[in-house]
Amino acid sequence: MKKTYKIEVDCANCANLMEEAARKTAGVAGATVNFMTQKMIVEFEEGQEPGQVMQTVLKACKKVEPDCGIEL
Amino acid sequence: MNKKQKKMLIRIIIAAVMLIVLHFIPVTGILRLVLYLAVYLIIGYDILRKAGKGIKNRRVFDENFLMAVATVGAFVLAVYSKSGDYNEAIAVMLFYQIGELFQSYAVGKSRKNISALMDIRPDYANVEQDGRLKQVDPDEVEIGSTVVVQPGEKVPIDGIVTEGNAALNTSALTGESLPRDVQTGDEIISGCINMSGLLKIRTTKEFGESTVSKILELVENSSSRKSRSEEFISKFARVYTPAVCYSALALAVLPPIVRMLFLGLAPAWGDWIYRALTFLVISCPCALVISIPLSFFAGIGGASKEGILIKGSNYLETLSHVKCVVFDKTGTLTQGVFEVTGVHHNEMENERLLEYAALAECASSHPISKSLQKAYGKEIDRSRVEDIEEISGYGIVAKADGNTIAIGNDRLMQKLEIPYQDCHSVGTIVHMAINGEYAGHIVISDIEKPHSWEAIAQLKKAGVEKTVMLTGDAKRVADQVAASMKIDEVYSELLPGDKVAKVEELLEEKKEKERLAFVGDGINDAPVLTRADIGIAMGAMGSDAAIEAADVVLMDDDPMQIAKAIKISRKCIDIVYQNIVFALVIKFACLGLGALGIANMWFAIFADVGVMILAVLNAIRALRVHNL
Repeated sequence: MKKTYKIEVDCANCANLMEEAARKTAGVAGATVNFMTQKMIVEFEEGQEPGQVMQTVLKACKKVEPDCGIEL
Repeated sequence: MNKKQKKMLIRIIIAAVMLIVLHFIPVTGILRLVLYLAVYLIIGYDILRKAGKGIKNRRVFDENFLMAVATVGAFVLAVYSKSGDYNEAIAVMLFYQIGELFQSYAVGKSRKNISALMDIRPDYANVEQDGRLKQVDPDEVEIGSTVVVQPGEKVPIDGIVTEGNAALNTSALTGESLPRDVQTGDEIISGCINMSGLLKIRTTKEFGESTVSKILELVENSSSRKSRSEEFISKFARVYTPAVCYSALALAVLPPIVRMLFLGLAPAWGDWIYRALTFLVISCPCALVISIPLSFFAGIGGASKEGILIKGSNYLETLSHVKCVVFDKTGTLTQGVFEVTGVHHNEMENERLLEYAALAECASSHPISKSLQKAYGKEIDRSRVEDIEEISGYGIVAKADGNTIAIGNDRLMQKLEIPYQDCHSVGTIVHMAINGEYAGHIVISDIEKPHSWEAIAQLKKAGVEKTVMLTGDAKRVADQVAASMKIDEVYSELLPGDKVAKVEELLEEKKEKERLAFVGDGINDAPVLTRADIGIAMGAMGSDAAIEAADVVLMDDDPMQIAKAIKISRKCIDIVYQNIVFALVIKFACLGLGALGIANMWFAIFADVGVMILAVLNAIRALRVHNL
């Protein structure tokens, strides 16, 4: 399953870091961050609850970029 | 400016004013240190906080860390050497923040500009309820409902006009400025703007399946397919920052030790640490990291304004390396609309022959049948025709007014064992036999698009070395079309499978760095579109198949757009390379100067912010592609 989230991030490098962090999160099969459109497209692994996984993704992203935000 | 940016601006102004005021107030000693420290914290507290968090999370090497170390270092040096010159640390932080602010403002602004260009999303649909118009979310409109589009509004959902006529502005979708007229019974696609007249539309799709949604989805996902340059930059940034940090550390420690132990000189710790800190300031990779994706985004945005949708920055990059363009003939270089160009009769009158042809073909929707019906020009009385039998690949046998009519290609005549005459004209030949006797033939040709030859010339000008045409049509027709358009190579009488094989052959022939593009109308050449390095589909308005299969989608069916797409990609890639080279050269030159002690911290921060601003401004140039 694929879902798109609106994100808030100021710098392109941070967007790259967020992408990496999201990819490494358990339950995420793939993630792309589009800095220009301020969107994060997350592909979830089979049988995962997107809401819960996204909480972990948000935490992981906050760790690499304290200023970022994801609209859940 | 958003809230964050405004807050930043206020902080910058306060810090700058305080710095100037402090310059004229003669305070010394501890008080001086405290006052300057206050200014420093006002301007830089968030950077210090972020750097601290980074260290806590074991992610030390980012630009916040670089700036924090450099400025704190400068501060400590000033205290240590008792010079009382705290200006430098504060100035570095101040300019860094100004640079960041500018960057976030410029990027936000161009993001908005580009998004505005692509603003084709309809906000609402007018649905009639109890004689009144009600605005609803387009998502909630079901297939088959009737929506009303008033002058000035966007068509929200694909459908068929049931009432009214109007001129439509399609420029947001196609880049074409000429309005398109629609009337009752016409199909209409979402995203067009109604310029005059009231239209009632019966929807044929849901909003999510409508053209406008498909295009938006495509554009929004486009930058998620990253180009090689972008991949290079993110990898580069990952290696670069730690490398610079360790070099700075080495610069601070090694030379003094060498001086002390081997040269017998004073270690000059302060001097070398200062150089190392300068080194850190210069090293921020922002200019690169920000300007590359911005260039691609601007290029894709500018192209979509012209009716050229590029599905990702990797395709933009590939497009710029295209040296060989392969065309499908029908629907790409020619209009795919057939016209009767000659009637060569045997004994019967021309008109009678056409009449019988039209009668026999009355039930078929094949383009050739349509052209025969059109050439006949009169209403067809279907009750005169019976026993229609369509023999696929051959033609049609039917009875009209009691006469048996056989109409089709030469193979049909051979099959029916009717002697026929070959024709010397160029085009598709339709033979006819009535009651087993050969009656003559009709010549039908496809019409070339008005801009086709010009488009080929433009491609050559844009640096394409080879143009190839593939077609299932007869050799004579293909050769004539190719000659009139000055196409280099022609392969005719190909079946759809042969086209794939031919493209594979051409792919083998070309040099390694060169890329091959295939241009088709996207309806029956999906396999070829996917096989080529880059597939370009034309005239995609309303055709889902084309949008899915191709990498580049031309909304219009004007072949001139192909050359334009290539030119846009070249311009964009040029800008990307300019930025990469420019940023790297300046960075490394400054790093060198910093290490030698020629460049001080002021110089460093100006170089950093300056390169970033220039690179961003250069990137925005990619948006301006209208006159290419």
